[in-house]
Amino acid sequence: MDTLALLIAATLASGTPLAIAGLGLLINEKAGVLNLGAEGMMLVAAIAGFAAAFTTGSDIAAFVAGAAAGALLAAAFGVLVIWLNTNQYATGLALSLFGYGFSAFVGVGYVGQKLSERTAFEVPGLGQIPFIGPALFRHHPMVYIAIGLIVVAMWFLYRSRAGLVLRAVGESPESAHALGYKVRWIRLLAVVAGGALCGMAGAFLSVVYAPLWVEGLVAGRGWIALALTTFATWRPWRVLLGAYLFGGVTMAQFALQGAGVNVSSQLLAMLPYLATIVVLAVISRNPTWIRLNMPASLGKPFHPGT
Amino acid sequence: MSTISKRTLLGLTAVAAVVGLVGCGKKEEPKQAAAPAAPASAPAAPKAEPLKAAWVYIGPVGDAGWTFAHDQGRKAVEAEFGDKVKTTFVEKVPESADAERVIRDLAAQGNKIIFTTSFGYMEPTLKVAAEFPDVKFEHATGYKLAPNMGVYDTRFYQDAYLSGIIAGAMTKTNTLGFVGSFPIPEVLRNINAFTLGAQTVNPKIKTKVVWISTWFDPPKEAEAAQSLINAGADVLIQNTDSSAVLQTAEKNGKWAFGWDADMSAIAPKAHLASNMVYWGPYYKKAVGDVMNGTWKSERTIWGYKEGANGVVKINDAVPEDIKKKVEEVKEGYKAGTADPFKGPIVDNEGKERLPKDAMPDQAWKDKVDFFVKGVEGKVPTGK
Repeated sequence: MDTLALLIAATLASGTPLAIAGLGLLINEKAGVLNLGAEGMMLVAAIAGFAAAFTTGSDIAAFVAGAAAGALLAAAFGVLVIWLNTNQYATGLALSLFGYGFSAFVGVGYVGQKLSERTAFEVPGLGQIPFIGPALFRHHPMVYIAIGLIVVAMWFLYRSRAGLVLRAVGESPESAHALGYKVRWIRLLAVVAGGALCGMAGAFLSVVYAPLWVEGLVAGRGWIALALTTFATWRPWRVLLGAYLFGGVTMAQFALQGAGVNVSSQLLAMLPYLATIVVLAVISRNPTWIRLNMPASLGKPFHPGT
Repeated sequence: MSTISKRTLLGLTAVAAVVGLVGCGKKEEPKQAAAPAAPASAPAAPKAEPLKAAWVYIGPVGDAGWTFAHDQGRKAVEAEFGDKVKTTFVEKVPESADAERVIRDLAAQGNKIIFTTSFGYMEPTLKVAAEFPDVKFEHATGYKLAPNMGVYDTRFYQDAYLSGIIAGAMTKTNTLGFVGSFPIPEVLRNINAFTLGAQTVNPKIKTKVVWISTWFDPPKEAEAAQSLINAGADVLIQNTDSSAVLQTAEKNGKWAFGWDADMSAIAPKAHLASNMVYWGPYYKKAVGDVMNGTWKSERTIWGYKEGANGVVKINDAVPEDIKKKVEEVKEGYKAGTADPFKGPIVDNEGKERLPKDAMPDQAWKDKVDFFVKGVEGKVPTGK
């Protein structure tokens, strides 16, 4: 039982950065902008967060710094693709590569540095309940904040007027423009918000999860988050579910190995990606599903006045 | 239409520029820029043409592990030979067609000896070696030789065995955890040596192994470490390249080891000892041999005897008699009397792999494909 509780706990922690970054990218994509720079933004945010935590000793400062770094890079990306109409795919890839190099460059002095003592977190009272306590209520606050963010995003996208406008911009920028909405500014806001969320995910990895800084720390989680938005067919709660599923498969695989069960680690390691491809194949076969969920103008530049 | 294509072009150019800047990541030591100026200012000096030596790295020099250790070796060469040598390195070279290009490029630039420091560089190195018969190539951890290509390695398992002795003395749950990269002989030797070492002080030891199918992914290394701790392991070791396992142990109040580099400062409470590898002595020998014209193509494996390995910074919490035992085995390594795989070696299915008191030869060690008694689970195979 204890093992299961610990497995659940590890799954929640492992899925959290994926959920936060995935949510950020989902908001981008709902506004019609595809940002392949997630990996780069997360890396730069990871070193920014680590540096902030290292200097101030505060987790809050680390997440603020991470979010700011992500937002800043996203803003640069936004200006390039929204106003200068550069190719979103190429610019996003460039951002990823830039982020990798830049984070390594500024992070040299932080390799092998150690953060101050982490305190163990526990929800008062609930953390002591057998099984449920260790499984659900002894996490870093960010694990719960991630769930909160998903709920807020669900409300925002589907229950608020601003969310409706954001989705309109992603579905049909021409119509939104004709109605008098500033398509470019709304897209920029969405991109910046997405960048800030990716940044928080990056900071979580370097400050809470690992916790250390080395070059290439994010190790592909930005790409998993990108796959996750498709896997979730652009639904926030499915992003959360998918993130826990991806995290859970990894952790279950390790737990099985640790228990001496003979499983092929290579096979299990590829399962999340296989699941993504299956979902893609399933939703792509059905035009209605695609139309219902995928933002119609995803990745397409918008020129007002044409 | 034309604007769009121009803009697209601009975007692509930007990508290309970034790729050029980041992807290649070639760095030359500043010393090199200064060197050609020297003969001009001192024309009297007799042909002070320095020997050019180059290194190809799999990771960044800032990985604080494998590549860092190789780069320390390169710096040792610079310190030893000073102006007589000019070193270059290329970092983060993937084990793909890129490697061949980088190695050929370095050979064409006039490097007289090229060290390729990852197993996956074996075929590319072999191929380029055939094209440049005058250049010497040295490939780390491989097994294929050519007239102008040698291979070299160190005896990590000697370290792992000593760490095992310490781990066996420190565990309370009698359960050790090993975060493995890939089930290749090198890693299996380390797992087995670690377990055998622990069994010398604590016969009840079990070792749990988790494979992560990568050499470097700090969050994944941390996850694997956490799952081992969850499964009851209280002393961890890893054959991966970051310090994440050690830091996870620190977070959970367990013990762990540093690997490839001194990691004592990163997790002072959890750190039991660091398993070191020193490439410097071999690099100095190889470069010196090329200078003297005595270089030979051979397979060289160095360990304690040659100063290529070491278990350092043993935690004060480790009992004195254990420290003494570690020192004794170290002396045995140096004298050539101690070997972690001295028989009898029995695998975890009960089959005898080496009879009592037999000393294993290199061919035996090259083919380790089993877990010794005390390691849980099976070696993953493709079958």
